[in-house]
Amino acid sequence: MSSVPPKPSSARRPSGRAGAAAGTAFGESIIRLEALQKTYVLGEENIVRALDGVDLTIHAGSFVAIMGPSGSGKSTMLNILGCLDRPTAGRYFLGTEDVSRMSDDALSEVRGRRIGFIFQSYNLIAQLTVLENIQVPLFYRGQDIKTSRDRCVELAKLVGLGDRLTHRPSQLSGGQQQRVAIARSLVNDPLMILADEPTGNLDSKTGTEVLGLISRLNQDGKTIVLVTHDDKVAERAQRVVRMKDGRIDRDEQRAPNATAAPAR
Amino acid sequence: MIPYQFLITVRLGFKSLKLHKLRSALTMLGIIFGVCSVIAMLAIGEGASYEAQEAIKRLGSNNILIRSLKPPEQARQQGAGSRRGFQIKYGLTYDDAGRLLGTIPGVSRVLPMRIIRENVRFQRTEIPCQVIGTLPFYPEVAGATLVRGRFLAYYDEEHMENVCVITTGLARQLFPYQDPLNHAIKIATFYYRVIGIVQERSQPEQRSQAGKMEGQPLDNNVYIPLNTSRTRFGEILFRRSAGSFEAEEVQLHQVTVQMRDLASVETADPQIRTLLGRFHEDNDYEIIVPLQLLRQAEQTKRIFNIVLGSIAAISLLVGGIGIMNIMLATVTERTREIGIRRALGAKKADITMQFLVETVVLAVGGGLVGVAVGIITPVLVSHLTTMKTIVTLWSVLLAFGISGAVGVIFGLYPAKAAADLDPIEALRHE
Repeated sequence: MSSVPPKPSSARRPSGRAGAAAGTAFGESIIRLEALQKTYVLGEENIVRALDGVDLTIHAGSFVAIMGPSGSGKSTMLNILGCLDRPTAGRYFLGTEDVSRMSDDALSEVRGRRIGFIFQSYNLIAQLTVLENIQVPLFYRGQDIKTSRDRCVELAKLVGLGDRLTHRPSQLSGGQQQRVAIARSLVNDPLMILADEPTGNLDSKTGTEVLGLISRLNQDGKTIVLVTHDDKVAERAQRVVRMKDGRIDRDEQRAPNATAAPAR
Repeated sequence: MIPYQFLITVRLGFKSLKLHKLRSALTMLGIIFGVCSVIAMLAIGEGASYEAQEAIKRLGSNNILIRSLKPPEQARQQGAGSRRGFQIKYGLTYDDAGRLLGTIPGVSRVLPMRIIRENVRFQRTEIPCQVIGTLPFYPEVAGATLVRGRFLAYYDEEHMENVCVITTGLARQLFPYQDPLNHAIKIATFYYRVIGIVQERSQPEQRSQAGKMEGQPLDNNVYIPLNTSRTRFGEILFRRSAGSFEAEEVQLHQVTVQMRDLASVETADPQIRTLLGRFHEDNDYEIIVPLQLLRQAEQTKRIFNIVLGSIAAISLLVGGIGIMNIMLATVTERTREIGIRRALGAKKADITMQFLVETVVLAVGGGLVGVAVGIITPVLVSHLTTMKTIVTLWSVLLAFGISGAVGVIFGLYPAKAAADLDPIEALRHE
């Protein structure tokens, strides 16, 4: 775990399919939210404005933490950023595409090609092996799984699970499961990795390891958006966006924490 | 969908089903029983009607059979007063045969037969037989084929020759070691020379009229010229049984009327009834029209198949509902998985396909097992009972096709329900 081989990711970077297709270079904006609104109509009088005009730009290669108390709209934000939900008003550009008005099928396509998900509860599929779990996004892209097998094995090695390829999720520890999820999020070569409380279910030691891995990915050039309520986790990010009542409360740029980056 | 991806989906279906082996097996059971009962029931029905139809076809569909019948007890009692107590006279006469040939339109041949039960002997072997006095064209009308030698000729008829033709079964029993041709066999008190051997098309059960069938092979027939039979045996036949003595006078035991074509068979039936009714006071004959029997048998079979089919269809329906039930439960149980897959890029169609494939795998798997059991069951049934069963290809295909269709039809709703889940809700599902 301590020696993450940087080679595969850096070698992949220039030829990466998603990156090349979207035409993004380091520093270019890959997420642009313009006056984004999301309202839920629960009753005639009861309208909840979960997002109330959010403007946000995230650049390629950055590591952004989104924080906020519960009810601040950060989950809604996450769902929309992850293309699981559509905004009621406003626009959302992912790469060069406006995804805010896309059809359900098109959004599925975007999720499969441009976004890598890391969830709090790992969300691996129980009946599949480690390797098969990593392959799932490729399957829905219609890619031949046999030809991409080497790449998936490489990713498993990258997260330190090269010897567990045929294990089931239930045979792995929480930290290992989360690492499988990280490998899975990378398999598409996505524009952005969206992590939702990735350490929420882990003890502090494995949590730190997983965070180290995520930081490492960022150093290799991955754009990372991390949703958390834990300040310690947010420390890793270069930028912390704090939400409150469906709006962005504060947007702090900070120097990358030099001491936190190397794996402990 | 690309075939490759489809294969993966099928494999995934198997995997998911293997996760709950008992549940999958129980779910399949419904389909297994359904398919099995379709095949087995149709096989038994088919077998039963096949037997009936074969029996009827053996009689020849162009033929109309008229048999002498002993009048019922009451009529006989009345007749007994006028006659001499122990002798009764009934049945078809030579005149009847002549009238049939001369009057009924469309008749091509009329074959009279005298059927007498007698023991046949060769050296020390004695076998009970039916001695049939008939005319040379018997083989064409009754459908017997000559195996060796020749059949009776008009010459034999005119000269009342003591010659006979025996059936293959009898030849085998009487002459285990010799060539039967030209040997003389003894029937009652006379010797007859064997001139030919025939193979019967029919099991001659329809000629059991001349006496009771007492557990003897049906195929033991000896054919002699009609005139020979008339002179050697006489018109009056005696039968002795435990202290009583009975004589009956019967000229002809059976007349087979061969019609020129199928159409004239139906018109001839009422004509024959009218004609014979005029000369016979007692109801001492019966008319059998194989074609009508065949039609009836086919009608019966159709009804039988409909009844069996609907029973089987109901069981398949129940099986299908069972599958749907389980799939709905599975969808609820795997909501989280659906959410994950949607997040990872699965379209609604992908999810629909996944669950549909799973249901179809379940149904088709059950179908395959059901086909196997359904083929074995009739074999067992015909083995354990005397029932004949026929597993037809179309019933197997039908049952299998239905099981597949059940999978699709009853899988569609759960699969649609799975695909329509909101990915966010599904991901949050515990």
